[in-house]
Amino acid sequence: MSIEIEHINKRYGHFTAVDDVSLSLPEGQLTALLGPSGSGKTTLLRIIAGLEFPDSGRIRFHGEDATDVHVSRRGVGFVFQHYALFKHMTVFDNVAYGLTVKPRRLRPGKAEIRTRVMRLLELVQLDWTANRLPSQLSGGQRQRIALARALAVEPKVLLLDEPFGALDAKVRAELRRWLRRLHDEIHLTSVFVTHDQEEALEVSDRIVVMNQGRVEQEGTPEEVYDHPANPFVFSFLGQVNLFHARVQDGQARIGDLALPTSTPEDQPQGHGLAYVRPHDIEILPDGSAQGALAAVIEGITVVGPTARLELKVAGGKDLIHAELPKSRLRSLGLSRGSDTWVRPLNSRVFMDNGARAS
Amino acid sequence: MSTLASPIPPLSSEAPAWQRATEEPAWIRRLLIGIALTFLGLFLVLPLAVVLYGAFEQGLQVWYAAITEPDALAAIRLTLLVVAIVVPLNLVFGVMAAWAIAKFEFRGKSVLITLIDLPFAISPVVVGLIFVILLGSQGWLGPWLAEHDLRIIFAVPGIIIVIAFGTMPFVARELIPLMQQQGKEEEESSLTLGANGWQTFWRVTLPNIKWGVIYGVILCNARAMGEFGAVAIVSGRIRGETNTMPLHIEVLYNEYLFTAAFAVSSLLAGLAIVTIAVKSLVEWRDERQRHPAAA
Repeated sequence: MSIEIEHINKRYGHFTAVDDVSLSLPEGQLTALLGPSGSGKTTLLRIIAGLEFPDSGRIRFHGEDATDVHVSRRGVGFVFQHYALFKHMTVFDNVAYGLTVKPRRLRPGKAEIRTRVMRLLELVQLDWTANRLPSQLSGGQRQRIALARALAVEPKVLLLDEPFGALDAKVRAELRRWLRRLHDEIHLTSVFVTHDQEEALEVSDRIVVMNQGRVEQEGTPEEVYDHPANPFVFSFLGQVNLFHARVQDGQARIGDLALPTSTPEDQPQGHGLAYVRPHDIEILPDGSAQGALAAVIEGITVVGPTARLELKVAGGKDLIHAELPKSRLRSLGLSRGSDTWVRPLNSRVFMDNGARAS
Repeated sequence: MSTLASPIPPLSSEAPAWQRATEEPAWIRRLLIGIALTFLGLFLVLPLAVVLYGAFEQGLQVWYAAITEPDALAAIRLTLLVVAIVVPLNLVFGVMAAWAIAKFEFRGKSVLITLIDLPFAISPVVVGLIFVILLGSQGWLGPWLAEHDLRIIFAVPGIIIVIAFGTMPFVARELIPLMQQQGKEEEESSLTLGANGWQTFWRVTLPNIKWGVIYGVILCNARAMGEFGAVAIVSGRIRGETNTMPLHIEVLYNEYLFTAAFAVSSLLAGLAIVTIAVKSLVEWRDERQRHPAAA
């Protein structure tokens, strides 16, 4: 079931939570709504679910207008950040809830409910917890129960609001891989909200990057990461270094270094900013390579197999960050205070006035 | 070899070797507990004992006669009738008000919260007067009521109205913080699972606030039975008709029928004690339900 979002607006007083958002979420895919807090991603998710009503705009499920359909009849499964399990019910009763509140003529028999609930509990690998209370489970287990409960009513779409936000790092990483595998099994159109770019890149088929109530970019994780549409997306998806550059004749110049901008000839000239990821900064032993910039190492942090360097480029004001394998750092024989050379391998140049240069 | 120059000091039974930062020395603890107990004894246990002593001073038969005398029975019946009407009324109002305040955002919410507290802030005598001015024969609505042959002041409806007013906050105040703290996620997830509002209330909201409701009802009940000031103004004190238990006690007392006054008092106090006992039982069961391992 595809979801079409058409010109959705939502304001709270003077605050615009969602600003004329239009999106088309394809059937069977897992889409991440990614953005900082206050970017409107949760509001948008709740509007899709029917928990909030838009000021204007339409929501369609598979072409059918669902904007005015009440949340209880919209056929969405919703998973909350803090699980929202019914505290006074056993795990079994929680999962069975959606089936037992159905009108009598649609309600499956007791035996049927039992079979379906147990099958779902097996799916989330928690069938042994059926008679426990939610308070007796860990956070990760509770979230899996919440997911089983949402799936019990066979929703047309599955919506997850920061589903891993309340879990610790290790459980979170496990659970998101598990969610990905689960999604590959059941192929339900799913949307999840996250502020964690790594989570979005790892789990989703598509990413919608949101900021200040608007969609900044949408695409596959590779598209969004490799070809960020604007400086916001670039910096939100990971650490970034900024180089001031002069843009001229389709090239951005930083000192001797000329970076390609893939700029059409009619592009404006002037001051630009080159965005470079830390792992795209090459560390060179000498200045013989074309375009290399002299730099001094100000600090080294080794995190597991990766070494993170803080460098100061000659003539520059800001520190730049570079990442390289620990082994490479050793073979170069670098330490704090060493003089070295850096060269951006990949960069993306945007004009300084905020307009795109490429 | 020499012995240790400074042997470890023996553990004293008076002062523990270590102390938690929040723990006071023994003498301060004893002093505080002592003051609290003395106060309770003087102001709570002693008066209660006096009531019971006064009630049974002349034997069980006199006590029994005092509480089965027709006017006393009428007062007891009236009190129970008032409670039977007022408590359900305030239960429904309290749950609705708490639901509205905790689960929805609307204009005038803080005004509503303040208004719910108002009956506690206003003196009961003033409450009584308000309703006399409003509904009495000389009052604003008096002529209209007289025209339709409705008697509220100096009759049972007036008593019910002022007691309902005075006990209005109990259930709501008990539930508002509880429901605010619980938020609305469970209700929202119930709705997304296809339940309607009614099912959500009975199956999700009510079980979550069950103990708060019971607690509020018990307090409301206790207060409804004991309400005096406002009732004294609006009831007209017609013996056997509009005297509730507290009013009946006062009448007896003013007529120097001390034993009878104490006898009915003992009954009222007994009802209060039963209420408090039920409340403690509820708390205990609640505690046990929340922490099953500790029980």
